[in-house]
Amino acid sequence: MSIQRNDWSLQRKGLIDQERHKERVRDAIKKNLGSIVSNESIILSDGKRKVKVPIRSLDEYKFRYDYRKKKHVGTGDGNTQVGDVIAREGQPGQGRGPQGGDQAGQDYYEAEVDIDEIAKLIFEDLHLPYLEDKAKQAVQSKTTRFTEIRRSGILSNLDKRRSILENIKRQARETGEARLGRFKKDDLRYKTWEEEIKYESNAVVIPIMDVSGSMGEFKKYIARSFYFWMVRFLRTKYDNVKIVFISHHTEAKEVTEEQFFTQGESGGTVVSSAYRLALDVIQERFPPGDWNIYPFHFSDGDNYYSDNDEAVRLADELIATCNLFGYGEIGEEGASSYRRSSGALLSIFKDRLKLQDRFVGVRIDDKEDVYPALKEFFGVRGEHV
Amino acid sequence: MIDREVRELEKAVEQIWEIATVKMGLDPFPVNFEIVPATVMYEVGSYALPGRYSHWTFGKAYHRMKMMYDFGLSRIYEVVINSNPSYAFLLETNSPLQNKLVIAHVLGHVDFFKNNHWFSNTNRRMVDQTARHARRMEEYEFTHGRKVVEEFLDAVLSIEEHIDPHFFIRKESDDQDKKTDKRKKEGRYDDLLTKSELGEDESPPTASEERARRSKVRLPEKDIVYFLMKNSPALEDWQRDVMSMLHEEMEYFVPQMQTKIMNEGFASYWHSRIMREMELSDSEHIEFAELHSGVVSPHKGQLNPYYLGYKIFEDIEKRWDNPTDEEREKFGRKGGEGREKIFEVREVDNDISFLRNYLTEELCEELDLFVYELVDDEEWTVTEKRWERVRDQLVANMTNFGFPYIEVADGDYEGNSELFLMHRYEGVEMDIKYARKTLEYVHKLWGRMVHLETVVDEEPMVLHYDGNEHTED
Repeated sequence: MSIQRNDWSLQRKGLIDQERHKERVRDAIKKNLGSIVSNESIILSDGKRKVKVPIRSLDEYKFRYDYRKKKHVGTGDGNTQVGDVIAREGQPGQGRGPQGGDQAGQDYYEAEVDIDEIAKLIFEDLHLPYLEDKAKQAVQSKTTRFTEIRRSGILSNLDKRRSILENIKRQARETGEARLGRFKKDDLRYKTWEEEIKYESNAVVIPIMDVSGSMGEFKKYIARSFYFWMVRFLRTKYDNVKIVFISHHTEAKEVTEEQFFTQGESGGTVVSSAYRLALDVIQERFPPGDWNIYPFHFSDGDNYYSDNDEAVRLADELIATCNLFGYGEIGEEGASSYRRSSGALLSIFKDRLKLQDRFVGVRIDDKEDVYPALKEFFGVRGEHV
Repeated sequence: MIDREVRELEKAVEQIWEIATVKMGLDPFPVNFEIVPATVMYEVGSYALPGRYSHWTFGKAYHRMKMMYDFGLSRIYEVVINSNPSYAFLLETNSPLQNKLVIAHVLGHVDFFKNNHWFSNTNRRMVDQTARHARRMEEYEFTHGRKVVEEFLDAVLSIEEHIDPHFFIRKESDDQDKKTDKRKKEGRYDDLLTKSELGEDESPPTASEERARRSKVRLPEKDIVYFLMKNSPALEDWQRDVMSMLHEEMEYFVPQMQTKIMNEGFASYWHSRIMREMELSDSEHIEFAELHSGVVSPHKGQLNPYYLGYKIFEDIEKRWDNPTDEEREKFGRKGGEGREKIFEVREVDNDISFLRNYLTEELCEELDLFVYELVDDEEWTVTEKRWERVRDQLVANMTNFGFPYIEVADGDYEGNSELFLMHRYEGVEMDIKYARKTLEYVHKLWGRMVHLETVVDEEPMVLHYDGNEHTED
């Protein structure tokens, strides 16, 4: 019998394996970007930096009973009767005994993730396609880079590694033995830096959203998830990209970012109204000679039949003035692609647009399609054409 | 913790040991108490054995426990290791009284470890053994790559509970087999000798030898881990070794899984009896009462093993101390034998026999035990209060540690070396999604097609997995 105070913390096993677990989480996130991109808790995070998302691949699978089909035993407070309801579904973890092996209830692992970290993963391969040098260069970013090593400088920029190396080299020269000795001023090396100013071409992105009556919850949510990441992506990667928000039903108007993301839906759909407004905006404020222009339009493609000719004509006109025109058509939740109605805008665009090479059209039927759509619009393709 | 408190605790340990062994008749292994900070407590708690091999699932458990502690949602008061001498961990931020209660509680556990029949085959130097395992695992990580070992562990851990709790019997007979095995033991210069020098037959086993080997395989086999380790055509030596290590560690945990309610009930019974003998100040009395009632309180709608076990042990004491006239006549109980009976129960029973033998109608009523289930996919509803049914349900839920009972039915299914697992269905369906995912792991271990027969909606169903695709019929 004894009492001891050994230092068990030397093992640090827990921390090491916690790190392994975190690695698993990161891997799983990478593999599940498709579903994470459109996860509600992120899109509706309202500025929160950390959110919880379910990650299925971190479950520890075992042969186990179906928790919901099993009879359980519990204790009551003295007068429990047959027929009493002790919990309702949707309250995971209810009525679980602490016996080993019976830990069902929650059937997936929720990882806490940093939105910035996810953003980094998503944006890794994204960029504005067909970006060209324009006459007026306003987009700029300033970066500091350590580029050179000098013998003099300020102490806080001391390059320790090189200084030690120099010291060893000098010792070797002087004593014939390559080992670290007393430092002389000659040994010290300092890093110096340069400021790099990067000029990028002017760019304006014009997100257009259909807010007509047929854009239900799911469709709005899809458009919103896409634009959430797009706006974030543009602001992260480019210092000075202009964004002009346009929403439309039968009429189009320029709106603020907040209105754009929160507006309710009503009315019919006249797509050409939005394209006309976009063209006006471009003409007035963003002459194509000076600007790279990227309009993106999300709609369910349920345009007034009589407007289709005009929409195609204006879309062609838009494409002629801009670098890339993106169109995303959102289907009914879960509808498979072959069920798309032939009268919808996407197939019309694909058939009748004259300038196909600067047009990207995607179809989204499922939340998981948002990430591929982002890659489709902003992925690597023949730039500097 | 300041030195004065440590000295006070040292005195308390001596005093508690004295009360427990001399006065109460407990017979524990000697115990080393370690005073540790919370991080260490959670580390030992999440690995269940100190110094175990590395795996992300331990890190996940550690992280969860630490979070719960940091947010003040829960704290572990004690961790005790079943070895001789035993190790117990005291949280340095516990109050002196909390630690005294923990010490008393721990002595209950350690007595149980030492004297309960189901622990009689436990390796009492398991901590050394797990440290050796951890080193070997590290070597394998070094040789084969961390990811490779980790993924293999994922697969083995998915079936780790499916071992034979009576494995020790087989181990003895296996050892006998080895003695009669003509082949020489592996020597350290084997790699310098040719195979003929080693006396090894260079020709591959003939078909008849293969048949003979197969006919020696006992089927059905409850110990899936053992079966795969011995018979899988897909495993390398290091992988079989990893499986044997995990099997051995599981053998250590099985008795604890079999006696959870008893063990906690027994320790709670003794901490309350021992603390009554201690000289406590008024404020300590109140602190003790609060702490004790917290430990053995019913969790509404759940089953607290501390509470259930404690109540049953107290009831046994009462019934053997003061038997009814009927019990005196029918069973010849003399009265005053409460403690003796408690010691007998702790020696021979496990949770299942404990509940079967000592959970009475009166107790079921007092504890307000009931069976509940999900009705109309919506409401968890109390469906049974008759005590025998409730008891039987409780026992059924503990059978096979609460896991579906699955056996290897065939290792050469359809003459094609495919693995056929059979779920011995007893009225509760398996989680099919999880079963499919687990089959993927089993496939990884077996290397060929795997099948699992179970029951869904009262109809037999066989799940198949061929390495790419899940099918069923």
